Amino acid sequence: MPILSLAWKSLLNRRGTALLTLIAIALSVTLLIGVERLRNEARASFANTISGTDLIVGARSGAVQLLLYSVFRIGNPTNNLSWDSYQDIAAHPRVAWTVPLSLGDSHRGYRVLGTTPAYFEHYRYAGDRHLALAAGTRFSDLYDAVLGAEVAEALGYGLGTSIVIAHGAADVSFARHQDKPFQVVGILARTGTPVDRTVHVSLEAIEAIHAGWEGGAPVPGLSLSAEQARALDLTPEAITAVLVGLKSRIATFQVQRFVNDYRAEPLTAILPGVALSELWGLIGIAENALLVVSGFVVVVGLFGMLTAILTSLNERRREMAVLRSVGARPGHVFALIMGEAGFLTLLGAALGIALLYGLLLGAQPLIETRLGLFIAVGAPSGHELALLAAVILAGFLVGSIPGWRAYRLSLADGLSLRL
Amino acid sequence: MPERMTEGLSEAMPEAVEPTREGTAGTQAAVRIQDLAFRWQARAPVVLIIDDLTIARGERVFIEGPSGSGKSTLLGLLAGVAVPQQGDLVVLGQPLQRLGGVQRDHFRADHIGYIFQMFNLIPYLSVVENVTLPCRFSRLRRERALARSGTLEQEALRLLGHLDLADPALVGRAVTTLSVGQQQRVAAARALMGSPEVLIADEPTSALDADRREAFIRLLFDECRAAGSTLIFVSHDASLEGLFDRTLRLAGLNRALDGAGAGEGE
Repeated sequence: MPILSLAWKSLLNRRGTALLTLIAIALSVTLLIGVERLRNEARASFANTISGTDLIVGARSGAVQLLLYSVFRIGNPTNNLSWDSYQDIAAHPRVAWTVPLSLGDSHRGYRVLGTTPAYFEHYRYAGDRHLALAAGTRFSDLYDAVLGAEVAEALGYGLGTSIVIAHGAADVSFARHQDKPFQVVGILARTGTPVDRTVHVSLEAIEAIHAGWEGGAPVPGLSLSAEQARALDLTPEAITAVLVGLKSRIATFQVQRFVNDYRAEPLTAILPGVALSELWGLIGIAENALLVVSGFVVVVGLFGMLTAILTSLNERRREMAVLRSVGARPGHVFALIMGEAGFLTLLGAALGIALLYGLLLGAQPLIETRLGLFIAVGAPSGHELALLAAVILAGFLVGSIPGWRAYRLSLADGLSLRL
Repeated sequence: MPERMTEGLSEAMPEAVEPTREGTAGTQAAVRIQDLAFRWQARAPVVLIIDDLTIARGERVFIEGPSGSGKSTLLGLLAGVAVPQQGDLVVLGQPLQRLGGVQRDHFRADHIGYIFQMFNLIPYLSVVENVTLPCRFSRLRRERALARSGTLEQEALRLLGHLDLADPALVGRAVTTLSVGQQQRVAAARALMGSPEVLIADEPTSALDADRREAFIRLLFDECRAAGSTLIFVSHDASLEGLFDRTLRLAGLNRALDGAGAGEGE
């Protein structure tokens, strides 16, 4: 133990270099553990995008594609699902509830979702959280719209704002439904899911604004006014996808088979959890790359320490000879250098963690509002601790390099003072 | 092994100049060398050959030799950082060539005080911490120091006082700000800490002014006498030899210098 107090004093004596090394290690640890934390939170938040829904049904396609357009509002469906098929699925004895989804229009780059009030009942995220209104009410009139939190915030909309829906999903569209403006009646609370970036209207409204349209453009002479459209039968002929809740989870595969074998048209039913993890497997590669990169940053930090200690060794050969003369064994010299590396690594790791928690506490509200990602500032997870242990182990291994060199030098030099 | 041997020694400490009564011929001598030959590496030339050398306990010996005469090699052997390939090297009754590296390090920690030519002090330790440094590595010297003064710090201050370094302002300063002469005296205090039986000084005065050398040596003598230590003092400055009990000329002693290959000892 007395040799460790020597190591500590030696570090204090060279506090300038030691501090720089310490900061390099601390920052690399902050980055590594921070990336690990963000990665886990992102994955958890991703997996929390939709819950409580047992099956998602759409036109025949891949599971990931169906998930992307029905839940994440990314990309477009290959085909629609006829209203009749939807009715059949809804009437299946094992089905408890269904929520029809109709996509295809947008408002200033935000997707417009036509659905039923059941959506507000049954869409759940992050385990068992329901959609909540931050202001206003659900849609009740044909031309009512309920905005996701981000839409309202980014566009500066409030209750009563009048909005015009554009045909198609593009940010800039030439075909607008300007004859049938909508009024904002509700704004949802933030969820951290794609719901925040969605404009919700009723299924009938989607039908109404497309009345008199053919092939994606209004047919001249056939256009109806907003009030005239109210008189039409607004039951849709087709919808984009259906969220399905079952009476019992045991029936999941039975209903899935029923949908997949449906004769009238080719359909696909997916299990959201399975599709989510499949999708995460795709984008998880990038996330793993990020972790690998931050791992390398730690290696660079430790190499900084290695360089600092190795360069100091030559000018410390005198000190080693003096220590040897008072009875220090070469093993003590090894322990002295190793102890310095150990102190730097341990302190660096502790400082890095402290820095990370400081940053998390400071940036938590910002990350939540900007990225919709809620990061819990809790105790480090087992995996984070394992990473930290790996860093510390690596630090000791790196420290053993100059330690071993000092050992060899002190054996070779003995009591001769090499200047 | 060496520990038990030393306990007997420390009892005889004050009168160590006289041969200890119960001692055999081997333990009476501080150093006994017979038929010693040493080379640094297996294929390197032999740099030190000493047929016979005895240094008595409490003796103050001046070893004189120009550079290259094998001084450093001899001191390294006496301190136990190297072992002879041939012959006997007995220090305080302990044949060093029979000890392993770790045991020799222990032996040095317990029984040998060492003063270098310069740069003796550890820059990141205080004056007192430098003086008490041997007690971190030797329990024996720690116990002796405690038996003498109660605390290590007091013993360090006592020794420093004897070496004219009692000024508290001086003791509190960073060692790097001390003059060379002050540093050498702190080094002497460290070498004397815990009363080791043998003090080895490797040209300790060469960095001092001429008028300071003698004063330093006299202080060293006083402390060695008080502790009963044997002093082995190496220098190429022959003007100092008159102060010592005996002078050994390494040029004549080291037979490796007779043949070729002289000058590789340093």
